[in-house]
Amino acid sequence: MSHPDVALGGHHAPAMEPSPFAIPAIKLAMWLFIISDIMTFAACLVAYGFLRNATPNWPRPYHSSTIISVLVMTVILVTSSLIMLMAVRAARAGDRANAFRWTMVTLALGILFAILHVREWFGMIGQGVTLSTNPWGTGLFGGAYFSVTGMELLHVIAALIALLIIGLGYKSGRYGAAHVENCNLFWQFINIVWMFVVPLVYLMDIAS
Amino acid sequence: MHEVSAAPAAHHGPPTTFIRKHVFSTDHKVIGIQYYHLALVAVVVGMVLSWLMRIHLGWTNAAIPGLQALSANGAPGGVMTPEYYLQLMTMHATIMVFFVLTTAPFAAFGNYFLPIQTGAEDMPFPHFNMMSFWVTLTGFLVLVSAFFVSDGPPLAGWTSYAPLSAIGKAAGPGQGAGQVIWATALGIFCVGQLLGALNFISTVLDMRCKGMTLSRLPVSAWAWFITSCMGLTAFAVLMPACILLILDHVAGTSFFIPSGLVINDQLIPHSGGSTLLWQHLFWFFGHPEVYIAIVPGMGIVTHVLVTNMRRPMLSMKAILYSMWALAFLSYMVYGHHMFVSGMNPFSSLVFSFPTLMITIPSTIVVLIWIGSLYGSQLRINTASLFALGFISMFVSGGVSGFFLAQPSIDIMLHATYFVVGHFHMVMGVAAMFGIFSGTYFWFPKMYGRMMDETLGKIHFWLTFVGTYCIFMPFHYLGWAGNVRRYAAFTDDYLKPLIPLHQFISVAALFTGAVQLIFIYNFINSRFRGAPAPPNPWEGTSLEWIMPSPPPWNNFGGKDPVVYHDAEQYGVKTASGADYIMQNSPEQALPGGDGD
Repeated sequence: MSHPDVALGGHHAPAMEPSPFAIPAIKLAMWLFIISDIMTFAACLVAYGFLRNATPNWPRPYHSSTIISVLVMTVILVTSSLIMLMAVRAARAGDRANAFRWTMVTLALGILFAILHVREWFGMIGQGVTLSTNPWGTGLFGGAYFSVTGMELLHVIAALIALLIIGLGYKSGRYGAAHVENCNLFWQFINIVWMFVVPLVYLMDIAS
Repeated sequence: MHEVSAAPAAHHGPPTTFIRKHVFSTDHKVIGIQYYHLALVAVVVGMVLSWLMRIHLGWTNAAIPGLQALSANGAPGGVMTPEYYLQLMTMHATIMVFFVLTTAPFAAFGNYFLPIQTGAEDMPFPHFNMMSFWVTLTGFLVLVSAFFVSDGPPLAGWTSYAPLSAIGKAAGPGQGAGQVIWATALGIFCVGQLLGALNFISTVLDMRCKGMTLSRLPVSAWAWFITSCMGLTAFAVLMPACILLILDHVAGTSFFIPSGLVINDQLIPHSGGSTLLWQHLFWFFGHPEVYIAIVPGMGIVTHVLVTNMRRPMLSMKAILYSMWALAFLSYMVYGHHMFVSGMNPFSSLVFSFPTLMITIPSTIVVLIWIGSLYGSQLRINTASLFALGFISMFVSGGVSGFFLAQPSIDIMLHATYFVVGHFHMVMGVAAMFGIFSGTYFWFPKMYGRMMDETLGKIHFWLTFVGTYCIFMPFHYLGWAGNVRRYAAFTDDYLKPLIPLHQFISVAALFTGAVQLIFIYNFINSRFRGAPAPPNPWEGTSLEWIMPSPPPWNNFGGKDPVVYHDAEQYGVKTASGADYIMQNSPEQALPGGDGD
């Protein structure tokens, strides 16, 4: 934490005694936001599980093509997580060129994920799934499916915008390593959420 | 001489324009005052709504002058329809819970005093803080706009239970656009509170001045910190719930609408949802919300009492741990609102246990207050009177909680006025007394002038008696089987209760009118009160080391250094004072009362 870039985010009381909590304010704020967002996602995922359990004719629509696509998306996300960590390591070392490069690779993988995600959506829409109807079972399914995955996609898109802005800003010197680290925190968080979405939404409802 | 370190603290410059200074200000003190004024406006609106309801409950066929102008359909000829009664009830509760009980003790006082009490120049994210207020204000305006859409505001109550809240216009007036506006307003409110909570928590963890260890934080700062931890997590659950509710209205989904619902002989074209899901999501937020309203009051009251008792609490640590326990347990008890919902009876048992457990920390706090007060020479002023009133209301309202915590009794009482009496006393009036106590205590600091103590004491006694006259009889009504949420009592067994309702209505009109004394005192003192010294109550915490009102950068560009906790009262000092300020290096001499 000794890099001067890290000491961002507001005014620090100068001679404060060492405290285990004394992390940069913007990083703390990101952690707090993540805690809050965990609650929001938890509410959505619990609601999904609650409705699925409470509804007898819940559809099981996913065939192997969907599952393979979802697994590919997962591999892409996990890879991007790893690459984002390399961006953070470069940023901590003050290596702006490499930090920028890895951030952009993460961004590219994220965009690929989003494209596959949207393709997945169009596949569902093509099969006749709307927010209130679908060919297989309870009309509730479409709303629940699009809400949970849409929430994830919305977060991914927000993170991609952040990656772009922070990546360019870090390259030009406008932002510091702490900002890259914050982006990383958010990106890793979203990827972890995806690990909950995949089994709950997809793996539990593979067509028999 | 109080020592301050000479570190420069150039965080943001002084505001230069009127807009920057008073409207879009990033100064936490201005934002605190903005929140306070928002709460004042909201409480007046909420109180007038309760007046209208009480008049209708006492004299069902009475025409209320001017009401027709507000809603020609809701109150033809000034006599409100049953639906309009419910619409007013919904708005009264929503405004009071969100824009008064959450806004005033937490956002208003917390914004103003949390950074000061931690020794910070401002919060770490002043722009987020400014946005937090303006987003909250937007939420309020959106909510109030429901009065002006065609069918008026929603009638589903502040809990907005599904399917009533989810099926749209078929459910009654206000359930179309009004309900969507309601859910939108609360979603916006949640964003505002998230921004506030981020700032509060990082202020406490990151911005404390030199020497201000966590254990030296004043109890009020702790209370705001604990509350913001709750706010961070609870509102995050309400927001998706509101979004799902909006989707049910506008996107044709049916998250909260069950299959085969027939309303007015029409099959509702939704299928598959769960009405219970809304209750689970809502109350997972809703119960912590109750503590979001009351914990800041506990902190304020403890802070006011310890200053006026001139000696430390028996155990400040026990109060702090109890407040944490309240916050933690508040997430585990939410199902006690759902004993009659059709939830599995075993779940009721599971929720009943922590509900009874949560009475333990509440009781510990009350016992420490009373034990510390015992034998103390409490300085009687309006702030300390309202603090005592808080304890009285909290106990009176809390005791009925023991009854309601048990499913077998709750099933009998749940739909009656007993519950209305319970929550009005324990989270409504008690929290209001906390707000009043804080107002009389901190007004000199916030506005630089003293409030009129005589008027303040008259205000206290009339309010104290008045609120008991309103809310105690609610409990009797509940025992007598008086169902709540009814607009009129025309059934045979309810008719004998009407005189009691009339008494309550008179008490409500009277107590409401008494608040004019407060408003007069507030406005008059603001402009004509005696100038306030820096430390009128001889307090020890950091807000009292600065001029009244404080300069824009709080400590005049210097960082204070703290040597003590905020409980150095009843001590013997070389200067003869019975207290030591937190930033004074002076040590207490042996032989003080506080030893």
